[in-house]
Amino acid sequence: MKSLEELKKIREEAKKKVQLRHDSDGTRIVVGMATCGISAGARPVLMTLLEEVNKRNLSNVMVNQTGCIGVCRLEPIVEVYRPGEEKVTYVHMDSEKAKRVITEHIVNGNVVTEYTVGAYEK
Amino acid sequence: MDFYRAHVLICGGTGCTSSKSDQIEEKMKQKIEEAGLDKEVMVVRTGCFGLCEAGPIVVVYPEGAFYSHVGLEDVDEIVQEHLLKGRIVKHLLYKGAKEEDIIKSVNEVNFYKKQTRIALKNCGVINPEDINEYIAVDGYMALGKVLTEMTPTEIIDVIKESGLRGRGGGGFPTGLKWNFCAQAQGDQKYVICNADEGDPGAFMDRSILEGDPHCVIEAMAIAGYAIGADQGFIYVRAEYPIAVQRLEIAINQAREKGLLGKNIFSSDFNFDIEIRLGAGAFVCGEETALIASIEGERGMSRNKPPYPANKGLWGKPTLINNVETYANITKIINKGPKWFRSIGTEKSPGTKVFALGGKINNTGLVEIPMGTTLREVIFDIGGGIPNGKKFKAVQTGGPSGGCITADYLDTPIDYDSLTALGSMMGSGGMIVMDEDNCMVDIARFFLDFTVEESCGKCTPCRIGTKRMLEILEKITSGKGELKDIEKLEKLAANIKTSALCGLGQTAPNPVLSTLHYFRDEYEAHVIDKKCPAGNCKALLAYNIQEDICKGCTLCAKNCPVGAISGEAKKPHSIDQDKCIKCGACMEKCPFNAIKLG
Repeated sequence: MKSLEELKKIREEAKKKVQLRHDSDGTRIVVGMATCGISAGARPVLMTLLEEVNKRNLSNVMVNQTGCIGVCRLEPIVEVYRPGEEKVTYVHMDSEKAKRVITEHIVNGNVVTEYTVGAYEK
Repeated sequence: MDFYRAHVLICGGTGCTSSKSDQIEEKMKQKIEEAGLDKEVMVVRTGCFGLCEAGPIVVVYPEGAFYSHVGLEDVDEIVQEHLLKGRIVKHLLYKGAKEEDIIKSVNEVNFYKKQTRIALKNCGVINPEDINEYIAVDGYMALGKVLTEMTPTEIIDVIKESGLRGRGGGGFPTGLKWNFCAQAQGDQKYVICNADEGDPGAFMDRSILEGDPHCVIEAMAIAGYAIGADQGFIYVRAEYPIAVQRLEIAINQAREKGLLGKNIFSSDFNFDIEIRLGAGAFVCGEETALIASIEGERGMSRNKPPYPANKGLWGKPTLINNVETYANITKIINKGPKWFRSIGTEKSPGTKVFALGGKINNTGLVEIPMGTTLREVIFDIGGGIPNGKKFKAVQTGGPSGGCITADYLDTPIDYDSLTALGSMMGSGGMIVMDEDNCMVDIARFFLDFTVEESCGKCTPCRIGTKRMLEILEKITSGKGELKDIEKLEKLAANIKTSALCGLGQTAPNPVLSTLHYFRDEYEAHVIDKKCPAGNCKALLAYNIQEDICKGCTLCAKNCPVGAISGEAKKPHSIDQDKCIKCGACMEKCPFNAIKLG
């Protein structure tokens, strides 16, 4: 080890790996992964979300899965919880939509209204 | 680097490994692969979670679901339900010692709520065999900081200000010890880690080495820089194979990353560590005996002074600290002495790890701020006494400590208050006893251990403790006389003042403290020839209560020595001379007609 900077670099890289195990007050993205969700294609959505979060080095963002959210006809469903904001529910998701949610909502903080359950139900 | 959405942590401490956690890990990996989840879910083998009673333990993050008593047959369900479908497997979740405590997340477990983890901070959180996971939780930052920003004197001042005292048991101020060693003259100096944990019932050092070996390595390097040493030794028992293996892995990884070796952080500081295996002798935990053992001599203690700080390993100035002491160092450097002082009490800052054992629901490792009361540890964290029995006493400090009774349960735990009660901190074994434990027998148990482990160099310890043990055996076998109690007291006082090392000087403590608090039990054994706790076999008699006995003959048929006689359908009786007190009759009697007394 040559310098503190070198150590810090390793730390930043390694931190992503263990962050999941600590309490965090960051963003949680939850994918419905019950039978209905999986058969509607939730798995590629989940994988895309994971890839995007990793690629963009988003710290403090957790991708998680949950059981049946209850509106099976709207699956795949993705819910986003951000501290201090109301929960946003995205429906009929796919990989492309997932990418947009990451860039617009998670990175820039703008909800992608057209994918939300509210827009769909109108 | 791969990115995972879930982490499955499996306890790889000695306790859980012996209940097959290694096989659980293997099967978990296999099932995860079969389910096609190996790119999403990471399996990590960690160190001890502390709640050994509930092992094998599996924790799934990010939910923090805390699964206990996991068997091989449960692995598939965890993979299918939790990992694949996101449904927590409720029936496998840890249920606290209290019924209402059906717990979900690891943070909600009562056992952990009252704990403050400093020494055990990373145990059960990181993979001890991966240096990157240690670096992720600020590992080696303290070493980097001292080498690039601090002088040796500044480090020693920080340790002094923190008020840290030796966690091996004696409680000597750590900063002062470092200072003595830094000031000692010598061309070569050494740093030793005492990992020869020999107290019956204590295993915190093992768990730290197994769960977070790098924190000890890092602290030893810091100590080396502070006192001017370039070589360290970890003296660890050969009976701790997992700890030894993980230490070896950790030392190699640290060398590969240049965190041990030459010119660390481009400074002119060189430091390396070697492991020395001990053969598991209690006396080798005493520092001068430990040093003799590393030198290749027989492990026997010598007179102090000179202290190891001046004349230690091969006659050179040597700093020797225990595992848990080192485990506090990096956190003090990173967070500062004020932070450390804000935890614990004024004279004993920080935390202490205890190994809870005996008659208690949650056996395992707990780390509490100093000043927490014995009651909180035993009843809130430990979950109280099993089977509705009554608390009788708690033994702290191993063979060097003593018993503390229910009257003192509200005593805050620190070095001085435990000593004031005739016990001591020791390494931190805490053995809880209920009404079924005989205190004379407990004293006998610890004396038996001391006699076995005495190195034999000095007469008071070699012969004196043996005589004490003989008297205790005489009392528990019902042949004791009143003057034996006097003899015990006299011997104890003599050994305390005349033995060579700490082992001998403290060996009478279990006898003295039980005599102090439970003299009536000794007297019952000697005068009434009775063991009030119903523990000492020689003093018990099985009796058939005539009014309850229906004469079913079942007891007579089951007695292995034919000590029971009587006609069918009439009350039976036991010949006390023939009876071997095996208890088979009482077990078989369908009417509960046989009583111990």
